[in-house]
Amino acid sequence: MSNIDLNKIWNYTTANESKDHILLKEKYDLFINGKFVKSNSRKYFNSVNPATDEIIAKISEANKEDIDLAVKAANSAFKSWSKLKAKERAKYIFRIARMIQERAKEFAVIESMDGGKPIRESRDIDIPLAANHFFYYAGWADKLEYAFPNTSLEPIGVAGQIIPWNFPLLMAAWKIAPAIACGNTVVLKPAETTSLTALKLAEIIQESGLPKGVVNIVTGGGKTGSEIVNHPNIDKIAFTGSTKVGKLIKRSIAGTHKKLTLELGGKGANIIFADAAIDQAVEGIINAIFFNQGHVCCAGSRLFVQESISEIVIEKLKERMSSLIIGDPLDKNTDIGAINSKEQLATIKKYINIGMEEGGEIYQKKCIISETGNWCPPTLFLNVSQSHTIVQEEIFGPVLAIQTFRTIDEVIEKANNTPYGLSAGVWTEKGSKIFKLTKELNAGVVWANTYNKFDPTSPFGGVKESGIGREGGLHGLKAYLKFK
Amino acid sequence: MARINVLKTYKNFIGGKFPRTESGRYFQIKNGNNELLANMCLSSRKDFRNAVVFARKVQKSWQNKSSLNRGQVLYRVAEMLEGRKSQFIEELMMTGLSKLHAKNEVELSIDRLIYYAGWSDKFQQVFSSVNPVASNHFNFSLLQSVGVVSVISPNEYSLLGMISVIAPIIVGGNTCVILSSEKNPMVGISFAEVLNTSDVPAGVVNILTGKRKELLSHFASHKDVNAIIYCGDNNQEIKEIQHLSSENLKRVKIYKHKNWDHNSSQSPFFIETCQELKTIWHPNKV
Amino acid sequence: MSFPNLLTVPKIDKIGVEERVNRFCKRSIKNSSKTHGLHLALSMIDLTTLDGKDTPENVKRMCYKANHLHDSLQGIPKVAAVCVYPTMVKYAKNELKGTKIKVASVATGFPSGQSSLDVKLSDTKFAVNEGADEIDMVISRGKFLAGEYNFVFDEIASIKEVCGKAHLKVILETGELDTLDNVRKASEIAIYAGADFIKTSTGKINPASTMPVTYVMLNAIKDYYKKTGIKIGMKPAGGISSAKIALQYLVMLNETLGHEWMNKDLFRFGASSLANDVLMQLQRQESGYYESIDYFSKD
Repeated sequence: MSNIDLNKIWNYTTANESKDHILLKEKYDLFINGKFVKSNSRKYFNSVNPATDEIIAKISEANKEDIDLAVKAANSAFKSWSKLKAKERAKYIFRIARMIQERAKEFAVIESMDGGKPIRESRDIDIPLAANHFFYYAGWADKLEYAFPNTSLEPIGVAGQIIPWNFPLLMAAWKIAPAIACGNTVVLKPAETTSLTALKLAEIIQESGLPKGVVNIVTGGGKTGSEIVNHPNIDKIAFTGSTKVGKLIKRSIAGTHKKLTLELGGKGANIIFADAAIDQAVEGIINAIFFNQGHVCCAGSRLFVQESISEIVIEKLKERMSSLIIGDPLDKNTDIGAINSKEQLATIKKYINIGMEEGGEIYQKKCIISETGNWCPPTLFLNVSQSHTIVQEEIFGPVLAIQTFRTIDEVIEKANNTPYGLSAGVWTEKGSKIFKLTKELNAGVVWANTYNKFDPTSPFGGVKESGIGREGGLHGLKAYLKFK
Repeated sequence: MARINVLKTYKNFIGGKFPRTESGRYFQIKNGNNELLANMCLSSRKDFRNAVVFARKVQKSWQNKSSLNRGQVLYRVAEMLEGRKSQFIEELMMTGLSKLHAKNEVELSIDRLIYYAGWSDKFQQVFSSVNPVASNHFNFSLLQSVGVVSVISPNEYSLLGMISVIAPIIVGGNTCVILSSEKNPMVGISFAEVLNTSDVPAGVVNILTGKRKELLSHFASHKDVNAIIYCGDNNQEIKEIQHLSSENLKRVKIYKHKNWDHNSSQSPFFIETCQELKTIWHPNKV
Repeated sequence: MSFPNLLTVPKIDKIGVEERVNRFCKRSIKNSSKTHGLHLALSMIDLTTLDGKDTPENVKRMCYKANHLHDSLQGIPKVAAVCVYPTMVKYAKNELKGTKIKVASVATGFPSGQSSLDVKLSDTKFAVNEGADEIDMVISRGKFLAGEYNFVFDEIASIKEVCGKAHLKVILETGELDTLDNVRKASEIAIYAGADFIKTSTGKINPASTMPVTYVMLNAIKDYYKKTGIKIGMKPAGGISSAKIALQYLVMLNETLGHEWMNKDLFRFGASSLANDVLMQLQRQESGYYESIDYFSKD
């Protein structure tokens, strides 16, 4: 046994999650009508590991013909799927939930490799939540008369669903589960940079015996997405992504019969009062903006800290940042992983520069940044105001803009001073303050003394330009039903 | 030479274990040809008393588990029952059911377990409310488990009937003590084996075999039982229950109907029956 | 020593604390980090025997074990101290002569603390005279819960006075304090009244030490250091029975107070069976095989 010098600083060696057991193909085709089929475009694009710049797999690019085939399959499947006894529909969905649980580790590893998020998050949050989402909505399939009493309900038809790259498998679950539980069929396009877990989900869908055509997974970029949005035989569009694209989609379907739900961007206000549980509030700030590298639509990207405690909070925040570990997403000790793509990193860097140019005081955690991969250290901007660009526009990265406030009315006004309205956080130990704030804040989700908490039973969605409609909970069923 | 079968001994299911009745007594179940099917435990009031102690001990921790967890446990029970389908079909046929009826009953039982598994994290949303009171208060009402429930299981549909009553009780966070059907108590104990292998914590469900006329009064009068469910239409028995339950004002629910195979025999209202409503106020102005 | 301003003590949110603690438990400590951590853990143990049936003989045997944890393993540190009742101090001191292992004694009517101040003072004086290097006292929990904070403060200050050169650990008995807010309050009172170390538990009731209460106490120490520049030590006791748990505590210490606290002068584990589990883990690091307790001495 070598002699250990107990006076040396205790470091954590890397503790990499094993990749040995996962199964990844070199090339992935489209999943249409229950089978993996080659795309008509014959084109493939690379899916890259954002931490290592390595190509993980080649993904098919679906073109107009492919989308047409997928929609045909979905429409054909809809006829029998919508008429199947609800409790039997439910059983397929329960199977899918169970199978995700059985293969949880494999999904978590692939999610981290493909998207850059730490394995700790994909293993403990993304994958379990995804499985639970299928579990939750499976249970609703034969109970809809209790969700909306005194109504005659019908599924809508074929849903075209387009999801983002920040929670790839979870977003697929949020879209697919309620849709098929209500009797609809689906054509889903995962994000270009993170198609893999959706394609693995297609494998599970195949293995579960789900009737062919009920779920179709078509991969591709923006062009593929617009083919879906514009296809005449799709009855409903569900989109999660940027506000800019959301508005584009709404314009595109104007005048058509298509129903629409949108889950868009945000610039969440995270508000710390002087009577908050300070150490836990600091932890809450960290979770609000650095969880998933800040690639979260509901991130608490605007911090409002009451002036009397601002100094101590910022001091504690900087201290807490020093124990965050930025590193290989597959290292179990990594807290902050890789930025999803070079494009996104460029966007974040652009905003950081704007922030500095506009006079914000920048603070960044010191860390060793590797040459390969996409990395951004956790960043604070102090002494900024509502007029600064970085306080107004969504950055979608680990960048926090910090302001102080003096009174309740002041902070409510500032928090609501944005075209967004997705989320907000309130930290105070005083109950009545919580209820006052939660009532006045214009946000679809308000977290009190916590942040970034998600549950299949809890409805999620935004007001104003953060979106239309809710996902999760009883209320999440509305998006996929027609009231006769 | 034909192989000799090993006959099963049917014991009670109390506190996650299979003890014999402390009274040592038995009663016999015979088939249509008057052949012995099994010697069943003739449970005493002491067995019931012991079962209630277990049910009470674990009730709080069962209630405090997440709805997600309870739902997954119930789904597991369905998985286990599905795996033992042929065993249960055979056991139901032993007391005279046709193969078709037995298969139907077992399949409906599995589906009903899944039905209630799916309610675990949803019934709260259907029955709770935020109440718009006139004063400056945030006011909400939600359901909470009633506690320990005693159950007189249906005599017809020995398996499906029992499951139809147990599932909504436990998915709502309650624990229970069940008196098996007198017609086919064997399938009740076999179901206990399924519960035992399904991550259902010991003591959440306790199953006794015995005679209604001996045990009914204890099921109805025990003061540490919060609710009683009676399945049957014997007016004498019903009156006795309503009378004795007055001792501690336990909640009484009588199910007179017999068509447990019908869709009307499952609904979230079966869950709500064993729930209490709690309303909470908090000032909402600073 | 002035009474702390309890109005400025921060509130604690239990769920937030549990979530933070959960993150510490997710750290994966492997290979050289694990070995380093296990060595650290060993060096921080207060090997403890506090039974009504203790005799000089079993105390002597434990002291021998303290000095000879597992002679077949090279290069491992010794434990920090042994912890015994006052009447056993002299036997421990004798047995550990010439070693650097300290002798800590419980005092003040341990474990209940339900004795008069006079009894508590003479209990402490006796232990100090017998040679104890460290005194582990208990606070009056009843008085604390009744809101008599000044009483609790004064009691600690009086005991500190008669400790002389011996350093004072103040046991809060967190398992009886009900809420984390109370744990924080009690920590403030103990630190301001003169504690050199604050300690979670007597180990005689359930729950003994938990990571959430330890986290709250570590934060009290951190805030005090920020205000005054003085470093107070911390000792979780009871319930730390495995190397795995000990390593989780060390992760928590590392990420809350940092390197300066990662030594036996500022952090101790109050444990009896922990040492053998750590030794088994160290042996496994060397051999590559899962170990059996049969191969380790129990004294």
